[in-house]
Amino acid sequence: MSAAMDTESTYSGYSHYSGHSKKAHRQGSRDRHKSPRSKDGSRSEKSVTIQTPPAEPLLGNDASRAEEGQDDNWGETTTAITGTSEHSISQEDIARISKDLEDSVGLDCKRYLGLTVAAVLGLLVFLTPIAFILLPQILWREDLEPCGTVCEGLFISVAFKLLILLIGTWALFFRQPKADLPRVFVFRALLLVLIFLFVFSYWLFYGVRILDSKDTNYQGIVQYAVSLVDALLFIHYLAIVLLELRQLQPTFTVKVVRSTDGESRYYSLGHLSIQRAALVVLENYYRDFTVYNPALLTASKSRAAKHMAGLKVYNVDGPGNNASGQSRAMIAAAARRRDSSHNELYYEEADHERRVKKRRARLVVAVEEAFTHIKRLQAEEQQKAPGEMMDPREAAQAIFPSMARALQKYLRTTRQQQYHSMESILQHLSFCITNNMTPKAFLERYLNPGPTLQYDRDRWFSKQWTLISEEAVTSGLQDGVVFVLKCLDFSLVVNVKKIPFIKLSEEFIDPKSHKFVLRLQSETSV
Amino acid sequence: TAAPRAWPPRRPWLRAGLGQLLARTDTEQRIEIHKLRQGDNLILGFSIGGGIDQDPTQNPFSEDKTDKGIYVTRVTQGGPAEVAGLQIGDKIMQVNGWDMTMVTHDQARKRLTKRNEEVVRLLVTRQSLQKAVQQSMMS
Repeated sequence: MSAAMDTESTYSGYSHYSGHSKKAHRQGSRDRHKSPRSKDGSRSEKSVTIQTPPAEPLLGNDASRAEEGQDDNWGETTTAITGTSEHSISQEDIARISKDLEDSVGLDCKRYLGLTVAAVLGLLVFLTPIAFILLPQILWREDLEPCGTVCEGLFISVAFKLLILLIGTWALFFRQPKADLPRVFVFRALLLVLIFLFVFSYWLFYGVRILDSKDTNYQGIVQYAVSLVDALLFIHYLAIVLLELRQLQPTFTVKVVRSTDGESRYYSLGHLSIQRAALVVLENYYRDFTVYNPALLTASKSRAAKHMAGLKVYNVDGPGNNASGQSRAMIAAAARRRDSSHNELYYEEADHERRVKKRRARLVVAVEEAFTHIKRLQAEEQQKAPGEMMDPREAAQAIFPSMARALQKYLRTTRQQQYHSMESILQHLSFCITNNMTPKAFLERYLNPGPTLQYDRDRWFSKQWTLISEEAVTSGLQDGVVFVLKCLDFSLVVNVKKIPFIKLSEEFIDPKSHKFVLRLQSETSV
Repeated sequence: TAAPRAWPPRRPWLRAGLGQLLARTDTEQRIEIHKLRQGDNLILGFSIGGGIDQDPTQNPFSEDKTDKGIYVTRVTQGGPAEVAGLQIGDKIMQVNGWDMTMVTHDQARKRLTKRNEEVVRLLVTRQSLQKAVQQSMMS
């Protein structure tokens, strides 16, 4: 019994993560004898900071829905939240709120400034050819040489080129900014400067040579305007190549590792600056990485705490506080101690696996059985029995209670209960019923932890990111660059490696050269 | 049914099988096996492998993997061969004076199982004991 007590004290550490929200009631007789021991578990976990207080209790928040006739768990859960846990704000929340406030003001100003500068420049550039053509007409119309079909042809070409330029600029530049980056885009800034210098020099030439001297060769003036528009189209081409095409060809492979649980992915990138590469990594993070679940980390933290616990250093050789010597002595003693924690880990994990599989089997059976109660009505049948018809939401509510308990237990075992509220489950169930999904399709969302995008925004734990890098964030990616994307609870470590230069040679094999011979080794008894 | 004469002919001073040209670490032995009658057959109590028409690289007993000679792959317990001292892994150089280093598998079988012979005298080559142990551990 004492061995069981020992293992159970570590169970109470993480299987009662919900216990840290100070729930008063325990559920069921199985848990009742564990509650005095939750104190033992929490003692070893005093070093763990609680990330967020669970805002909503598990699945049974709504007392009215619990009356649909299911088990006591629903009722008990709703009464359990005490005032302190629900309304207290941890230190991290305060830090987060203040950080949000000060960041939002500064970045918006910077973003809007950049946008206005670009917009003004763009408008100026667009109106310049038109101004070049119109100004002589307005100012010295009488002196201009008559210019017939040639000029009209040039007018048409200017008009269409300007239209193409307008559409191209709209397609390339007029996009919702999808991110706030710490530093300015180097290439965009360069392009803006280039365009500005270009248009400025054209205006200078125009002002000196044409306006001042009142040139009468109108065809020449129109051709000058046409050359400006052509040059602008070429600059647009340059912009496409620099901003869009150059980074398409993959040159680097980046490895992204999440610091808390070691989940890693590889991505291929082209020539990008570090901040743009960070942007790409983050966009893919929300899609590829499973959601960050702090409840899964408590087990390893409690193990780490137990490693060094129970060792005290006594200095018997006299005074003198040798701190480093003491810590070294502790490490050596901990290493030499015959530790059976590996054994505990193995059995705990095996046990946990078994429990998860059992609960999963029960869940699958319950859901399959629940889905058999629902049948879709065809159009003709809909007229015949109007009284019993239900829309998907009502159908979902009707079959939900039969699978609710199994689902709740499964989510508790895999520690996902915070990510799925009862409302979200009902919504998903009605969605699946509407789209004729099988029970397995309905369960796919709960059986495996999905990417962060799948869940509610306030469960993400990762909305504000900081880029930490030793090199300047506008410098390009190089082989061996490491940068870190940090958010409040965890960080992503990104390691860049260059794709190796591949030497490919060819070899021709004649299809008729495939010949074979039989090689035997027989054994005969004599 | 005259069987083609084997090379070399049966003259004592020309009984120079490959074994006498091998390195002195190998042991040569002359083994005389008396066949045992079982029903209608005369059996010797061992199995052979190898031959010029076989794949020499699959031979676990040979030191040189291009050696296409005839090797003893199995010796039945208590059979005439074991009694006479034949061991597994021996290479058979001659049988009753006929050469066995350049014969096909089937020719070797025929030479050993002649119905009118009751006694066969083999010249076998055996790697020294140390090497034999090494070989059997590696195969």
